[in-house]
Amino acid sequence: MTEEDKRILADFPILKDKDIVYLDSTATSQKPESVLKAMDSYYRHDNANPLRGLYELSVKATEDYENAREAVRAFINANSTTEIVFTRNATESLNLVAVSYAETFLKEGDEILITVMEHHSNMLPWQQAAKKTGAVLKYIECEMDGKITEEKYLSYLTDKTKIVSMAHVSNVFGCENEIKRFASLAHERGAIFIADGAQSVPHVPVDVKDLDVDFLAFSGHKMLSGMGIGVLYGKEKYLDKMPPFLYGGEMIEYVTLEGATYAELPHKFEAGTVNAGAAVGLHAAIDYINNIGFDVIKRREDYLTDLCLTKLEDIPHIHVIGDKNHDNHHGIITFTIDDVHPHDVAAILDSHGICVRAGHHCAQPLMKYLGVMSTTRASLSFYNTEEDIERFAEALKVIRREMGYSE
Amino acid sequence: MSDTFYNEILTDHNIHPMHKHELPDANYTLEGVNPSCGDDIVLKLKVEDDVIVDGAYVGQGCAISQASADIMLDLIIGKNKEEALELADIFMRMIKEKISEEELERLEEAGALSNVSHMPARVKCAVLGWRTLNEMFTKEDE
Ligand SMILES: Cc1ncc(COP(=O)(O)O)c(C=O)c1O
Repeated sequence: MTEEDKRILADFPILKDKDIVYLDSTATSQKPESVLKAMDSYYRHDNANPLRGLYELSVKATEDYENAREAVRAFINANSTTEIVFTRNATESLNLVAVSYAETFLKEGDEILITVMEHHSNMLPWQQAAKKTGAVLKYIECEMDGKITEEKYLSYLTDKTKIVSMAHVSNVFGCENEIKRFASLAHERGAIFIADGAQSVPHVPVDVKDLDVDFLAFSGHKMLSGMGIGVLYGKEKYLDKMPPFLYGGEMIEYVTLEGATYAELPHKFEAGTVNAGAAVGLHAAIDYINNIGFDVIKRREDYLTDLCLTKLEDIPHIHVIGDKNHDNHHGIITFTIDDVHPHDVAAILDSHGICVRAGHHCAQPLMKYLGVMSTTRASLSFYNTEEDIERFAEALKVIRREMGYSE
Repeated sequence: MSDTFYNEILTDHNIHPMHKHELPDANYTLEGVNPSCGDDIVLKLKVEDDVIVDGAYVGQGCAISQASADIMLDLIIGKNKEEALELADIFMRMIKEKISEEELERLEEAGALSNVSHMPARVKCAVLGWRTLNEMFTKEDE
């Protein structure tokens, strides 16, 4: 273990305390001490209902919550905090756009464009919006390694396309889509572009101005923060003209028996009591990431991904899904083992203390497209070590034997 | 070696199932599915005068779901419906709670699946075949 490994592991209590190899960071990340402390401290010292009370403590709680919003703004380089809406998770963020934007502005015959590799969270909201508005939902087919070429993309993009929504990084392939180029091509045809950043924001710097996406959705819990806080970035010009998503307290200016005037952005989209504790956790998570730096995060994740893929390619009967280029995996390694069902793979790995995901990864249409029932996915993060990868690879080598095959 | 529920009985039935084939003269056929994990079996039985004279299954899924169905068929072929339902009841109680020594003995090889009870997510794999059997015989009486 390197000195750097030790320093980083010391920040993650769960990894220090348990003899496990955690390879399921795509599902949710582990949390550093600083995030746990920040959330604890919020409830211990600053807790009151933010945005409501006319007393000192509530003012402090409001400040904590709004400071978190500013931290998110700076982190993704948005113009203003009015463009940062707090939600529960990426799923809710995507639903918000599908309901408030798509269902309001789409007409029959308009087209929504997504890809076959989308997570169900970036698929079902659009299926619903299409059903309600009479718009047509189209799926871009990727290559077997996850690639979507510009040529392929353009063959689906028409003057009828009003919305394009796609994963920045796929949670199955780990490959990155050319969001910046695709967004600009969508804009040329008058469509808006939504990026599902659930798997990119935790691993690479994401700059919404540079990418020029109209919306970006991501989850706090996948980037070191607690569960129950997500983000929707949206350009003000769109958020402004969208109706509220949920109705209730906090999102109105003035209510009469006939109706209400809605609150200013972003509060218009934050009905009810918010998850201030997790927002504070997200703030601490962003500080942690900035402190360690994306250069270090990326160096470590790229190194471990390459090491892992190299080892897996040498083990007979294992088939990795995705790009042959190891640099296009973002820590995500999805694979199958001949004759062994992924649920059995995961159970045996678990008996070796290794945590991985098995199943369809909330991407059933993609599994069908790839011609597999389900797969096993190991996903790593900068807090993993070379030893983790060794242990994982050694365990993989004995799985077929443990299942009764001679080799 | 690590402690898993993948003992030899289970892996053997998974790799070399005796009863995984079609059964053209079956007079009972029912599909059982675990939608969340994709385990899918079709249970086929030939019943004469209330006695299960032959049985088979086809389908796909994890080792636990497939081996459990194969072991079940070993046990119930030659038994009458009532005995088969009783065994299914004992099996499901073994996975979900506790059973007596005598009951465990009656399950023969199926007792090798008892460890699955420690793994809540896999319980539905282990009981798939048995649940399908139970449904097959109880639904017809209604
Ligand atoms: C690409 C992608 N989009 C969306 C989501 C949904 O995230 P959440 O469950 O936090 O809403 C995930 C989570 O696995 C994901 O990987």
